[in-house]
Amino acid sequence: MEVSIAAAEAVKQCNVDVISAYPITPQTHIVEKLSELVANGELDAEFFCVESEHSALSVCVGAAAAGARAFTCTSSQGLALMSEITYIASGLRLPMLMILANRTLSAPLSIWNDHSDAMMIRDCGWIQFFVENGQEVYDHVFISYRLGEDRSVLFPVIINMDGFILSHVIEPIELIEQEKIDQFLPPYQPLYRLHPDRPITMGAYALPSIFAETKKAQEVALRSSMPKILETWKSFGDMTGRYYSPIETYKAEEADTLLVTMGSFGETASVAVDQMRKEGRSVGLVKIRLWRPFPFEAFKKATLHAKQLVVIDRAVSVGACGPVASEIKAALYGESIRPSIYNFVAGISGRDVAPSDFIKMVDKAEVEIEEGNREGFEIYGVRE
Amino acid sequence: MERGVVKEMTKPEYEWTWKELPVGNVILEPGNASQYRTGDWKTLKPILNKELCVHCGLCYIYCPDMAYHLDEEGFFIADLFYCKGCGICSKECPTGAISMVLEEEK
Repeated sequence: MEVSIAAAEAVKQCNVDVISAYPITPQTHIVEKLSELVANGELDAEFFCVESEHSALSVCVGAAAAGARAFTCTSSQGLALMSEITYIASGLRLPMLMILANRTLSAPLSIWNDHSDAMMIRDCGWIQFFVENGQEVYDHVFISYRLGEDRSVLFPVIINMDGFILSHVIEPIELIEQEKIDQFLPPYQPLYRLHPDRPITMGAYALPSIFAETKKAQEVALRSSMPKILETWKSFGDMTGRYYSPIETYKAEEADTLLVTMGSFGETASVAVDQMRKEGRSVGLVKIRLWRPFPFEAFKKATLHAKQLVVIDRAVSVGACGPVASEIKAALYGESIRPSIYNFVAGISGRDVAPSDFIKMVDKAEVEIEEGNREGFEIYGVRE
Repeated sequence: MERGVVKEMTKPEYEWTWKELPVGNVILEPGNASQYRTGDWKTLKPILNKELCVHCGLCYIYCPDMAYHLDEEGFFIADLFYCKGCGICSKECPTGAISMVLEEEK
């Protein structure tokens, strides 16, 4: 099953009320499939064909404010146009789901995959997952709605999936029976909603005398959603046997060198780890699944024993380094004994990164760190 | 809402702590904007010379904040709780009955 089709199937199974999206590669198949499901009566939802992504997310905000379960989907420039509204959805604490089929931001124009779009809205205040394969995409649709709509959470959620690498791949996906989904995901019961019988104001102006209080409330709430995230993953695991965690490790215990990846890199990197382990090298893998709220404790627990981390970013913060690497450096700064960090930016704009590339990156990082370069940064594989 | 009847606000916005704010900063009391004193923005306030006033109501019509209301004697008077002191009423008054004076001056 194509991963995009599985994602659409999951959205249908969540019985969403409103779908609003604007076509952009590579998320197109998801919304195309959903429009088909609505048109042929398989899904009883309002499908809004809007004139831009700005409107697409605005419709979702309005729908969620009125108490509907809303879905949208975008990529790259589409997200850029939506970005204004991403901050509004989270500031108003409106649960909804966006699947972001990650694609490079222009310029130069590119339709291929990297994480530059996701990093553009890193601070938008949504719960943000990076998934590794199609099954995770499908599963996280249910997880996201249940989590975001929980009264103790009330945040919109983004599922980041690598464009093309995941969105257009065909892989076996285990679907879940509708009865189980209906049990796992109860109908949405909004805390507040716009209704003429009980007038309220959403999105009012805040003076400097109260704005900081509102931001602190939002920041603490997102940070505090961690236990509920873990609990939701646990319930999902109990139902399906597929247990997820904010940080996933592969042969990482007692490894001297750890590769750190996010998104679909994880599967390829694990092949590289297997090869290096066969050669007797002490290398493991740490995968970040939860990007916001950032799982500081779990990340430290998974990495502090290592001598060095080879952090592979799929985006570059021009003028600084990879955004994942800077996050990790901040996360580990307070530790008196911490691993060296070597940062590669790889696979931007969809360039293939094979297991052999991960091995080359580990080789390079180990040599550089040995020579005293403890904070290296480079864009990998660039022709000189 | 009846003019001049200001609903009891639970408390002014500068007294709220972050823990007390409703989720998403939703305002749960409809119409509480009437409790917002925009009057403290002004430097100039409108003063009506009743001898020149012809009761045309243009000040009432032009006021962008709906701060004007009709008093018992038939004069349109600016409510200084809301009046921001923009001076449009003074500019539009056909008889020059409204003058703008510095707030601290009597």
